[in-house]
Amino acid sequence: MQKEPVHSDQALFKPILFTGKKFYLTAGILSAVVIWAAFIWIWQLWHGLGVTGLNRSVFWGVYITNFVFFIGVSHAGTLISAILRLSRAEWRRSITRMAEVITVLVLFFGVGNVIIDMGRPDRLLSVIKHGHFTSPLLWDVCSISTYLTASTIYLFLPLIPDIALLRDRMSGWRKKFYTILSLNWQGTEAQVNRLQKAIGIMAVAVIPIAVSVHTVVSYVFAMTVQPMWHSAIFGPYFVAGAIFSGIAAIITGMVIIRKVYHLEDYLKPIHFNNLGILLLVMTLLWFYFTFGEYLTTWYGHEPREISVWQSKVFGRYASLFWGMFVFCFVIPFSLLCRKKTRTIAGTLVASISVNIGMWLERITIVVPSLSNPRLPYPRGIYNPTLVEFSITAGCFALFILLYMVFTKFFPIVSIWEIQEGREKALKETAARIRTYLPGPTTTETE
Amino acid sequence: MVIDLDRCTGCQACVIACKQENNVPVIPPEEAEKRRTIAWINIIQFREENSPSKMRFLPILCQHCDRPPCTPVCPVGATYKNKEGLVAQVYPRCIGCRYCANACPYTIKFFNWYPPQWPKQMMSMLNPDVSVRPKGVVEKCTFCHHRLMKAKEKTKTEKRELSPEDYMPACAQTCPTSAIVFGDLDDPYSEVAKLTEDTRAFTLMEDLGTKPKVIYLRAGD
Repeated sequence: MQKEPVHSDQALFKPILFTGKKFYLTAGILSAVVIWAAFIWIWQLWHGLGVTGLNRSVFWGVYITNFVFFIGVSHAGTLISAILRLSRAEWRRSITRMAEVITVLVLFFGVGNVIIDMGRPDRLLSVIKHGHFTSPLLWDVCSISTYLTASTIYLFLPLIPDIALLRDRMSGWRKKFYTILSLNWQGTEAQVNRLQKAIGIMAVAVIPIAVSVHTVVSYVFAMTVQPMWHSAIFGPYFVAGAIFSGIAAIITGMVIIRKVYHLEDYLKPIHFNNLGILLLVMTLLWFYFTFGEYLTTWYGHEPREISVWQSKVFGRYASLFWGMFVFCFVIPFSLLCRKKTRTIAGTLVASISVNIGMWLERITIVVPSLSNPRLPYPRGIYNPTLVEFSITAGCFALFILLYMVFTKFFPIVSIWEIQEGREKALKETAARIRTYLPGPTTTETE
Repeated sequence: MVIDLDRCTGCQACVIACKQENNVPVIPPEEAEKRRTIAWINIIQFREENSPSKMRFLPILCQHCDRPPCTPVCPVGATYKNKEGLVAQVYPRCIGCRYCANACPYTIKFFNWYPPQWPKQMMSMLNPDVSVRPKGVVEKCTFCHHRLMKAKEKTKTEKRELSPEDYMPACAQTCPTSAIVFGDLDDPYSEVAKLTEDTRAFTLMEDLGTKPKVIYLRAGD
């Protein structure tokens, strides 16, 4: 890396110290969308869920799709960052923070969409007061709240040294704010050791929790006897899909942050190349699962299953299905499989495509199974209304807004970890590599 | 409950009787077009695959399964199998997540998309024995459970056992061709128990193992 031992990392403090016009302009536009969506939500609460396009047989639609989608994206952060930390991937240092923030924020929108979907959100607390553990929805409640707690701690721990850095630079109310949050961090050796240990424990703990979250989300569908929901593959299929859309979300976020805050020096093409390869692996895994799911259904040709299959592949939902296939597989695969196109722009296009595709995947799971009831009822069609799209837009806008606000209070790249990387990692990595090699093991490991 | 499909003429009398009895809201036509009609019992019409000239009727209502797929998925226990073996629905508990409606393979649960409405003239005709459901909750056939409660109270004051004549849902009472027969399936001497021994007897989606308590008698030619 660079030669100078002490680097001030000014670029990382800049977003917190200076806020430009563009920020306020963007925040203003996003706030307008959020206010509009909030108004629409009140409208829906007032009139009832009749203002959506839902009906009998298609009882779930866009909101539940959003729920699954957002919970999926939440796998971005914590899981990826934990895996990279545990595997001591040195290139992780500048991306872990931005990934972890996605997780914590997006979980609220996952849960939020379920509440928006409820006919009686005023009775939300009944879920805790009268919870029945036979219901997969309650498994979700437990799993997601554990995940939210764990990933918030996991986001906060590595923030502490950075908060202390800010505390030392700020004055006024901000100093007070950072002083409280920094938990008296002085950077002593004992404190550093304790912190490293805590981060290590959380990184390990977060992985099984994250896997459980998307597994039980899939169980909401898989535990019923409905055609093309009742599938044993759903657990791993959803987890893989979640990591897939999660990585795509990180890459998209990274490109934007890099551009807006001029972090070209911290997020280099190599980061995008590495994440691009990871995304490529998930693209192939996604294809493998989807192929397995659809082939077995078609080959078994069970009448109930095949009617849903038909409506997805050739019928009413064919445009969603093939759209999903193009966005989730064709576009990302063709861009990511060649080094020439695995550039920053290439991975960005692939990532946006994957995010669109994964939303389409969620809706092709939720709706077609419901719109093909077993009994010969007249088939109708589910047309989402402006209400559902407005609230969805509001969720995305509020997510981006909160993310922007976060970058104004906390460094979006972990400063102390970058410095640690510069000071220690080079030596440590060299020592580690030496232990892999044949010959006597050197004693200076760690 | 036994429904003889040979006798069903598709006259819809049961549908109307049920709506009157159970305060089922009147859904305006434009909402009905969006498939938001609420009818605890309704008659599906379909043509047979190999003889399309024949119109078939299938009265469908909650099957009151012995192994209901809808009750375990409820996160708050708002739907459950009660002591009498009926699948019950607790409106004040329901959070309106519609998971039970999705889990029901018969798609026979209904959601109140809007607050319930009736034409003005009908407001005075609501049945005082049945609670009116608010917007945002799931509802379905109860086998006119309020009638069972009433009958139980009556027989208790009269100090006698409940007999089949004491309790009958509105649909069975109204059916002009007596296609719908109601009784105690556990009593081997009841009319319904005898009818279930008919070679024409079947239940819907037997392969799912839900064990419905609505038994159909197949229609002949």
